This record gives sequence, C-alpha cells and structure tokens, in this order.
Amino acid sequence: MKFVDEFRDPQMARRVLERIHAVVEEIPATAQRPLQIMEVCGGHTHSIFRYGLEELLPDKIEMVHGPGCPVCVLPMGRVDDCVAIAEQPDVIFTTFGDAMRVPGSKKSLQQANSDGCDVRMVYSPMDALDIARKNPHKNVVFFGLGFETTMPSTALTLLQADREGITNFSLFCNHITIIPTIKAILDSPDMVIDGFLGPGHVSMVIGKAPYEFIASHYKRPLVIAGFEPLDILQSMLMVVEQIRDGKALVENQYKRIVPEQGNNNALKAVGEVFELREFFEWRGLGSIDHSGVRIREKYARFDAERLFAVEPAHVADPKACQCGEVLKGVLKPWECKLFGEQCNPETPIGALMVSTEGACSAYYSYGKIDVKQAV
Amino acid sequence: MNKPKRTLRAKTITMAHGAGGKAMRDLIEDVFVGTFANPDLEQLEDQARFELAELMQSGAQLAFTTDSYVVDPVEFPGGDIGSLAVNGTVNDIAVSGAIPKYLSCGMILEEGLDVKLLRRVVASMKAAADKAGVTIVTGDTKVVPKGKGDKIFINTSGIGVIPEGVDISASNCRAGDRIIVNGLIGDHGAAILNARGDLALDVTLETDCQALNDLVQTMLKVCPDVHAIRDASRGGVATVLCEFAESSAVSIRLQEEQIPVRDTVRGVCEILGLDALYFANEGKLVAAVPADKAEAVLEAMRNHPAGKDSAIIGEVIESNYNRVLVKTHFGGERILDMLVGEQLPRIC
Repeated sequence: MKFVDEFRDPQMARRVLERIHAVVEEIPATAQRPLQIMEVCGGHTHSIFRYGLEELLPDKIEMVHGPGCPVCVLPMGRVDDCVAIAEQPDVIFTTFGDAMRVPGSKKSLQQANSDGCDVRMVYSPMDALDIARKNPHKNVVFFGLGFETTMPSTALTLLQADREGITNFSLFCNHITIIPTIKAILDSPDMVIDGFLGPGHVSMVIGKAPYEFIASHYKRPLVIAGFEPLDILQSMLMVVEQIRDGKALVENQYKRIVPEQGNNNALKAVGEVFELREFFEWRGLGSIDHSGVRIREKYARFDAERLFAVEPAHVADPKACQCGEVLKGVLKPWECKLFGEQCNPETPIGALMVSTEGACSAYYSYGKIDVKQAV
Repeated sequence: MNKPKRTLRAKTITMAHGAGGKAMRDLIEDVFVGTFANPDLEQLEDQARFELAELMQSGAQLAFTTDSYVVDPVEFPGGDIGSLAVNGTVNDIAVSGAIPKYLSCGMILEEGLDVKLLRRVVASMKAAADKAGVTIVTGDTKVVPKGKGDKIFINTSGIGVIPEGVDISASNCRAGDRIIVNGLIGDHGAAILNARGDLALDVTLETDCQALNDLVQTMLKVCPDVHAIRDASRGGVATVLCEFAESSAVSIRLQEEQIPVRDTVRGVCEILGLDALYFANEGKLVAAVPADKAEAVLEAMRNHPAGKDSAIIGEVIESNYNRVLVKTHFGGERILDMLVGEQLPRIC
C-alpha cells in the first residue's frame, strides 16, 4: 500500500538496525548500564509493540514508555465529571472512541451509556457539532481530550460553532500540553533518561523550538519521530549517534509532516480559544503546573465546565499504583506490584493499563514480558 | 392446500402482525411460507418432522447450533441480515465437518418496519439457503413495540449430519500443523463499519458473507484428518487462533506477511488504529491441517470459489504457554491476545 509499505520495508529496517547496533557498541558508558531512551508519545509505544521493535534493538538500549497517551493520563475525577454531565437531562455527550472505556471512580462512559445516558462515539469534534445542528433541542457536549495534536481541531470547531451562532454545543475541555510534563519528568530526582524520541503529531502543531530547553538546559538529545517502524528506527539511530558524539540537539526526523516552525494557523486558533490553567492533574503523575488549558472567558458560553458548574472532584489514584515510577523509567511495567494480577486491561487500576497506547496495557496485550518464554 | 393463498397488504408491520390473528396469518403465509416455499413448512404444524432413517444415511452424529443476528445497518454492501442469518448458522454447522440440512427462523420485528424491507430480507434468506443447500423448515415471529427493537432481529438454529470418521475439534491442533485461512480477512467488519456512514470514507467495501459447507467438504475429501476448523466471525481470526491454542494446549506462530488482507481494509485499519485480525468475517474459516497434507488442502481450497485467496498463514508449535505469536515483517515478534471488550478507534 502506497505511503505505508515504504515505511515498513524490512530490508531497510535491517540496515538501520545494523547501524544502531554498531553505534551503540561505540558508546563506552553502556558497559555500566543500558541507555534509557524514552518515547514520549503513546502512538510510538503502540508502534514499538505492534512491530516488535524492542527486541530487535541492542540489549544496551532500554525503552522507557512515556506519558504521551492522553487517555491514560486522564484522572478518574475528570471521567466522573464526564459521567455527571452525561447524566444531565437532554444532554448528548460525544467523545473519541478510546475514552469510552476509561474507568471513573464509579463508572466509565461506556457504562453510563448502558445505564441510559446518550453517549456517542465520534471521529472528529466536527461530527459532534453536526449532531448539535441536527438536534437543536438537545445540549451536545464534546469531550475535548488530547495534546496539541487534537487541540486545534477542537478550537476550530468551537470557532465554527461561534460563527454559525450555534447555542446548544459546548466543550468539556481536558486538553493538556506535553512540554511541562517532560520538564517535570526531567526535574524528578530519580530520573535516568538518556534521550528522547519526541512526539510527532504534537510537533506538527508546535514545531521544534519548544523542545530546545531539553537539549540546552538538560543536555539530553531529542529527535522528533514519525510513527512508522522505519521512522522510529531512524530516530533511534539519530539519538544514539548524538549520544556517541557527546551531543545534545533537537533534531527532526519526521520532516515530511513536521515543519520546523509548527503550524501557525493551528497555533493561532488554539491561542484564540484556550489559555493555560495554573495546574492540571495527571493520572499517575499528580498535579503539574501549567500542563492543561481551559476555554477563555470570551468563549465562556461554549464551556461545559462553566455551563454545567463542574466542580473538579479530586479522586486520588489508588495507593498501590506505581504508574509514576513506570513513566519515569524507574520501574518496568511488570515490576509494579499490581501488574497483571489486580491491574489488567479488563479491570485497569492504573493509568497505563487503560488504553492500548499505555505502556502497561501494551506489555500485557502484546505479552512483551513472556514473548521469549512463550515459544 | 386448496384455500387461496393469503396476501399481506400492509405496508408496515404493526403490533397486529404479532397478535396471533388474521394479520399474523397474512404475514406468515405470504412472506415466510410463500418465500421459503417447501413442503415441511407448508404443513403449518408447530414443528418440523424428519425421517431419522434418512438422516442416518449421511452420517452417525447430528450437529446442532443456534445463533442470533442483530446487525446495524440491516442491509449493507454485499449482503443483509438475512443472508448473514443463513450463512452464519450454516457455517457454524459446516466447520464441524457436518453437512447442514435444516434451519429454523425466528424473527423479532420492530413495529413500524417497512414490509418491503422485510420481503427483501426474507428473499435473501431463501437465496442463501438454496445456495447452501439447506431448507428452512420451521419458524416463529414476534413483533415488539417501536423503540423496543431495531428493525429486525433474526435467530436461526440449524441441524446437520456429521459423516462417519470425521473428528474436527479446536482441541485437536498438533505441533507442526499448518494454519490456513480461505481468503482475505476482515472484509465484513470493515464493510459494516463503513456502511454505518460515520467514517465518510470514499471506498467500496463488501461483506465476505458466504456459506462454507461445500468448501469444508472439499477440504475433507483431500484430507479427512483435518484437525481443527472454526469460522472466524465475531472476534476475527485472532480470537479463533487463541481458542485453538488454549483448547489444544499449544502455541501458534503466524507470519504477518502471509496474512491476506485487502488494501482497502488495511487502509481502514491504518486510519482508525484497528487490527484486521480482530475484524469479523462472515465467510472465512481458519483450519489447522497436518503438515504433510497442507499444500494439497491449500490447492483444493484455491480451486474452490469460496477459497481462491486461501493462504497458509502460520503453524502450530509445541509450547507450555498456549499463546498466539505474530512474526512481524522485520522479524520482531508480538503476542496476539483475545480482545478485551470491543476494538475502539484511537484518538490520535
């Protein structure tokens, strides 16, 4: 298939892998401990498992699966808020598919739907706006979720609703921003990460500049990476070459999608509609300053948080959960006390077991830990 | 019968059509008995009756199965709920090696249903039954108030006869067996997803809905000792293989590049982050065949209209872990597990 198979060419992959192996051999520090490379983005985690890339990499590279799965890091309290809104009379609650199953403290949106709420899966916020046009006597709420990747489409939908004078559409804004979270991980005292595969689709919107501090201040290389297996391998090669050469630069492997400056129109729409919150709570990581956005006062009439007077309920993560340690690379998913037993994809307890992009769920479903024992 | 045939004149189904009176007789005699047209049904008894001696001529064991069909939309490219209800149950019988003989047809109709749509569905059932060589010999109809159902629900049960000496079971897979599928996987799941219209994709995707009984008999002629066969409907090929591994206490290794998937289906999966191995099929079987017969079975399957894209996609291996492994294009390996809940499109 065109534009897909080119990026999955096994011959090419073998050549890139040979070079990665050769470069890693030239890095003396790996004799003491393996290099820890974090892929920030859940999409990367998914590809790494889907294509079985991790076992093809040298043993001296350990992947740390980062916090970039927006569904996973959604706190339980916010899911409770979603359910509370969906339970209001005359509400049609719309959401992306994989948020349906995220457990709240009492129920998920999927369960709310079974209990009689009108919860609908959409593929784009524009679909939600369309539902609002077709159901003028219902209040249609869209569950805005995700990083800078999905923020512009939500912002543009809201601006479109404003232009059309639609009064029965609102947004429950849970958009988050990745940079403060990477910084929080880098500032954490037990941090051991040597380099990063940077988010691809977030960078398509924000460009390269916002990551510069990682290279200049924290002296870690970051390569913005695409999502196909060859993208990931090439980005990995670029990271280890930097480490070998003692460099710390922000590089862009995903040039076919990511412009260095980002997408100005998208950023403008985001800036028009949203402003930073003082802090936002992440499942598994706790509260992080300036890591979420809310709707500006000017568009308050579209803000479900204001319209439904949502009081953000704080629901603590279960105490035994070690998602935070896994996210920072301190623990491997299977080293968590709950992994596989109490916490599994059917009954997820921790954030990372929730979506297929979550590290623990990927380990569990793709059986990474016992793939060698299984034969 | 000498009485003039009753005619259903109503344009939509009302509660009266399920009330046991004349309206119901009109519906049953015109739409069902009239279309399915066979002597067993025309008796209008409360049950169908078979000569045991006749059944015993074709084999020693009966196979009996039931399945309910609730698909939305009712009609979709390449098929409808009617052809699905016949082929689905025929296939559940056929994969035991049995020759399907008789089906029942239970219908739950929603008040307000367009009678023209019902006639199309029933005609489609008749066509599918004729093609598969089975007879619909008994039935039942209920009508539920508007909003309490979704147009048409169908339940079909089926009876078939298993020929002497055939022993096909999910627990019979042995190390070395080759895993064969009879063609491109995931068409039905992708077609239904697309037919719901939410994706607005500009592609043609048709269901693969077809009866597999003749194909299975063809396979058995070449190799009477086929170890396991299941039709890969809900949960897809992945689920069947997980069931094989668990029931037979073996592992299975698939070669990803050998798995036949249509480009348009791959495209749908790429866009939504889904996996065709979990997509439903309605005319695909997965078989475990002894290694020395695998090539011969494959060739016979490819020469059959229901199996022209058949492929060997993997093999059964000895293991204590009872897992399904997928060797990826690069030589990496991952585990294919049972699906948790339903597949949901990914956010980004």
